Amino acid sequence: MAAINVHGSPFSTASQRVFATLYEKDVDFEFVNVDMRSGEHKKEPFISLNPFGQVPAYQEGDLTLFESRAITDHIAQKFASKGTPLTTGEPEMKVWLQVEVNHFEPASSQLGWEQVFKPMFGMTTDPAAVEANEAKLSKVLDVYETRLSKSKYLGGDQFTLVDLHHLPNIQVLNGTPTKKLFDSRPKLSAWIADVTARPAWSKVLAMQKQ
Amino acid sequence: MAAQEAEAAVPLKLHGAAMSACTARVLTCLHEKGLDFEFVPVDLFSGEHKLPPFLSISPFGLIPVLQDGDLTLFESRAITAYIAEKYKDTGSDLLLTRHEAGPAAAAAAVKVWTEVESQHFNPAIAPIVYQYFVASMQGGSPDQAAIDGHAEKLGKVLDVYEARLEKSKYLAGDSYSLADLHHVPYTYYLMKTPVAASVVGGRPRVKAWWEDISGRPAFLKVAQGMEFVAKEK
Repeated sequence: MAAINVHGSPFSTASQRVFATLYEKDVDFEFVNVDMRSGEHKKEPFISLNPFGQVPAYQEGDLTLFESRAITDHIAQKFASKGTPLTTGEPEMKVWLQVEVNHFEPASSQLGWEQVFKPMFGMTTDPAAVEANEAKLSKVLDVYETRLSKSKYLGGDQFTLVDLHHLPNIQVLNGTPTKKLFDSRPKLSAWIADVTARPAWSKVLAMQKQ
Repeated sequence: MAAQEAEAAVPLKLHGAAMSACTARVLTCLHEKGLDFEFVPVDLFSGEHKLPPFLSISPFGLIPVLQDGDLTLFESRAITAYIAEKYKDTGSDLLLTRHEAGPAAAAAAVKVWTEVESQHFNPAIAPIVYQYFVASMQGGSPDQAAIDGHAEKLGKVLDVYEARLEKSKYLAGDSYSLADLHHVPYTYYLMKTPVAASVVGGRPRVKAWWEDISGRPAFLKVAQGMEFVAKEK
């Protein structure tokens, strides 16, 4: 098996998506830290790995990939028989993978940006933006609550990439007042408790302490 | 052949609107695969898509929706991925699974560049198309500041494309794939706006790539239905 390198940051939600997948699959990889504070991701040599200047970038021998959800998909396919099965081959999975990226991600990442990352960079949270994005996120979470009354996980009855892709932004929002949107929805809360308790996710969080 | 005949008995059904870019994305994919399907127009002007019967098949009230027997799918890029995978051995090789040298790497490249379209290209282009076509259809005027801001972002994305297309004829490699296809409908509308000349016209490889992918017979069929009531400015 060709050596795997993941260039990114333990604090980057997109990087965490890839780390979680590798841990779920029990696939060895080398983590290469990218110093984002110094803008390392916007310069060579990183730019040659991802011309959009974003983490993570994934190398597997001669293969170089970027975009976290393309990387996780590749890992799940390539190592299908190893570790947790993260794909089921069910067509519904494709729908909910899109729902995460098109509906959950925009509102949840804006809420993380406003409430967690802006203050870290000495900027001020915009309460109107928080309110507007909580309203958008609530609509998405209503759909999720209905969905989770029909299946144990978002993609179906097994844990898959669909659930995994949500973990980084859920982790961020669990540390903000937005958590109230999760707590008021019983099926959603139970799902969150389940997926965030997975050992692979704990390993991802442990990377932040190193 | 027996399996195909059985499937032909229950045709694919696509719910959508011919002028919707997301519907066009799926229509183009169906035509690239040479598939028969029934098209069920959804009356957007009456708000049909936001009412309970439609919401039961598409919980966010969005088009298009594909029905294949008992299966119901929404999200255009999920539908195209499903079609491309189910019919991977017929029609255009949209996932590059028939690639001779290194099919796994080729397929991974398709995934990367379909994410790029969704995460970088679409957020920059969709608001421009909205401003020129939908905002004016609803009786407003295009917001020039929004257009200019998004045109600048789109330009930066297309700078990356220009460099990429120096290395390969299409985004994911030397063959046309789903990654290229996903770009076609919104770009078709963009090319009817004043932004086209600088954003696409000013980038020779992007322009050549556009002329190629928009000239494919599958898309030409779809383009016939793509008409907004656009106001000339």
